[in-house]
Amino acid sequence: MRSTYLAALVIAGGLVSACASQPEPTPEPVDTAPATQPRPAPTPAPAPATGPTAGSRADFEAKAATRVFFGYDQYNLDEADRTALAAQAAWLKQYPNVRVQIEGNADERGTAEYNIALGARRAEAVQSYLQSQGIAASRMSTISYGKSRPINPGNNEAAWSQNRNAHTNIVGGASS
Amino acid sequence: MKNTATRFLSLVLLALTSAVAALPAQAQLRVTVEGVNFEPMPIAIPTFDGENAQAEELAQRISEVVMSDLSSTGLFEIKEGPFVQQDLDISIAPRFADWTIYNIQALVVGNVLIDSSFNMTAQFRVYDVYGASELLAKQYSVPTPDNWRRVAHKVADDIYSQLTGEDGYFDSRIVFVSESGPPTDRKRRLAIMDQDGAEAEFLIPSVSTVLTPRFSPTSQTIIYSAYVPDPADPLATRLRTYLYDIETGRQEVLNEVARASNYAARFSPDGRYVVMSRERNGNSDIYTIELARRTETRLTTSPSVDVSPSYSADGRNIVFTSDRGGTPQLYVMRADGSEMNCPTGGRDSACRITFGDGRYSTPVWSPRGDWIAFTRQHQGRFYIGVIQPDGQGERLLTESYLDEGPTWSPNGRVIAFFREAAPGAGPKLWTIDLSGRNLRALRTPGDASDPAWSPLLQ
Repeated sequence: MRSTYLAALVIAGGLVSACASQPEPTPEPVDTAPATQPRPAPTPAPAPATGPTAGSRADFEAKAATRVFFGYDQYNLDEADRTALAAQAAWLKQYPNVRVQIEGNADERGTAEYNIALGARRAEAVQSYLQSQGIAASRMSTISYGKSRPINPGNNEAAWSQNRNAHTNIVGGASS
Repeated sequence: MKNTATRFLSLVLLALTSAVAALPAQAQLRVTVEGVNFEPMPIAIPTFDGENAQAEELAQRISEVVMSDLSSTGLFEIKEGPFVQQDLDISIAPRFADWTIYNIQALVVGNVLIDSSFNMTAQFRVYDVYGASELLAKQYSVPTPDNWRRVAHKVADDIYSQLTGEDGYFDSRIVFVSESGPPTDRKRRLAIMDQDGAEAEFLIPSVSTVLTPRFSPTSQTIIYSAYVPDPADPLATRLRTYLYDIETGRQEVLNEVARASNYAARFSPDGRYVVMSRERNGNSDIYTIELARRTETRLTTSPSVDVSPSYSADGRNIVFTSDRGGTPQLYVMRADGSEMNCPTGGRDSACRITFGDGRYSTPVWSPRGDWIAFTRQHQGRFYIGVIQPDGQGERLLTESYLDEGPTWSPNGRVIAFFREAAPGAGPKLWTIDLSGRNLRALRTPGDASDPAWSPLLQ
C-alpha cells in the first residue's frame, strides 16, 4: 500500500520536472487512522530551464527538496526523507558559508504547546541527520513553530500530512 | 497604556449603616451552585438612582454591568421591570410585599453620587425579599467616574459572593492572543480585556507572533512567549519567553541559554517562581526558575516530551503533559523534584493521573486546588475536562472540532478556553461553569485564542 503510493508520487514528480513553477504535488487523501498513515514524499526538486545563481536560495531549492514530511505524531525519517536530506547535505557542503535554520512544524490536530515539542523533535531529527552527513552543527539551528505555520490551510488529512514537516531554511551565507 | 494606567486608582470601601432593623437570625439566602437541584435564583436589580444627570447616566451603565456580570454566571434569573414599587430609596427599606409578587428572592437597591471634585460613590444594599432583611450594605468611592466599570464589577462581586458563598471573579481581566490573517500567515498579538470582554486593547502591538500568555497571580505581570529574530543571526528565529509588566510596559527575556527555547511558562501561586518547558536538542523538559535570583532547577530528564507545567494552588506540586508512556498524558510531580507516593501505588518522581482513551494536554490547576482542567483529544474531537489531582472524578465539560487551552476564573468556578467550532472557523473564546452548565461565547474584536485569567484586581 505504502510503496504503491510513493511510486505514484515519484512518477508524478518525473512528469513535472521540466517546469520550474510547478506547485508542490498535493498528496492523495489517505485513510485517517493514525500510525498507518503514509506521508507525502519530500518536495520534488524541479529543474528549471535557466538555472538559478549558483549558491543561491533558489539554487538550493532547485537541487534539494527543502521540506521533509512526517507521519501523525511521528518524527522518524524514512528513506525518502534521507534521500532528500542527502541532497541538502551535498549542496550545503558545496557552499560552506551557508547557514540554515531547520523549522519543525506540526498539523493542527494537537494542542499548541505539545505541538511545539513535537515540531522540535522533527527539526532535531533533520539537524542530526544533516550533521551525520558532515554538516557542522555550528552552521545549523532549529526552531519549532508547532501548529502555527501550516503550509496548507486545509482541515483534512491531505493538508495535515503536508503540515507535518521540517523545512530547511537558509538564514545566511547564500548568494543573492 | 492610558487606559491601563487609570485602572489602578484606589477604591475606597465603606460600610453603609443598615436601613433595616436587625431581624432574628434565619436561614441564609443562598443560590445552590452545585448538584441536580440547581435553580437560578430570581433577583431584581432596578437601575440605580443618580442624583443628577451625570450620575444618572453612570448609574444606568453601572446597573447594566452589574446585571450583565450576574446574568453571565447562569446562577441568577434577573427579573426585568417595571415593578410595582417605583419609589425605591437606598435609605429606606423596600416594601418587601411589592417584590414577592414577582417571586423575587434577592433585591439590589443602589445609587450613584458625584461630588464637586468628581469623586464618584456607588452605594448599594442587597435584601432578602422573603426574609424581609438586609443582607449587605456597601459603598465604593473612586476619585474619577472613569473607573465606573471597575466599581460595577466590585458591586457585582459583592452581590455574587453574598448570594453564592463563593469569592467573586468579575473584577478581573483576561489576557489572550488576538489572531488575524490567513492560516498560512497568521498574526498573533497579545491582547487584554476585562473578563466580560469590555475594554479590549493590544499590548505590545508590534509583536505579532505571541503565544501562551499567562498572568502573575500576585502582580501586574504577564509571562508570554514569542517568535522573534535571533539577535545573533537576524534571519533566524528564536522562541523566547518574556516577563512583561503591564503597568510600566517594561519587559525582559527570561533565562535564555544558547541553542534552546523556553516556552509554555507559568507562575507559581505566590508569584516567586516560574515553571516552564525548555527545548534543547529536540527534547523538552521542565524547569523552575526562582525569579528573585534567576536560579534554575531542572525537574525532568526523560527523553520524552515534558511540557505544559502548571503549579498546584499550594505551590507544592506541578501537573504537566508527558508522552513518556507513549501518548501525551497528565502527570503530577513534586515541585522540588523529590519522589512521591502515586495515587495508583508505588513511589515515583512523577505519577500518571490520566488513563482514559485519547491524548491529554494543557493541564491547569484550579486556584482552589480541587480540580485540574485539561484538553483531551480523542477520535478527531477535542474536549475540555476536569479531573481531581489524584486522577479521580474525570468529567468532560465541552466538545467540538477544537477545544483547547483552559484557564480558571480566580475563584476556580468558571473555565475559559478557546474553540474552533468547525474546521477553518477560526478560534473564539468561550466560558463554561465547572458544573458543565452555562457554555457562553466571550466576545472579542476578532479571532482569539489562548486565554489566561488574571487574579482579582487589587
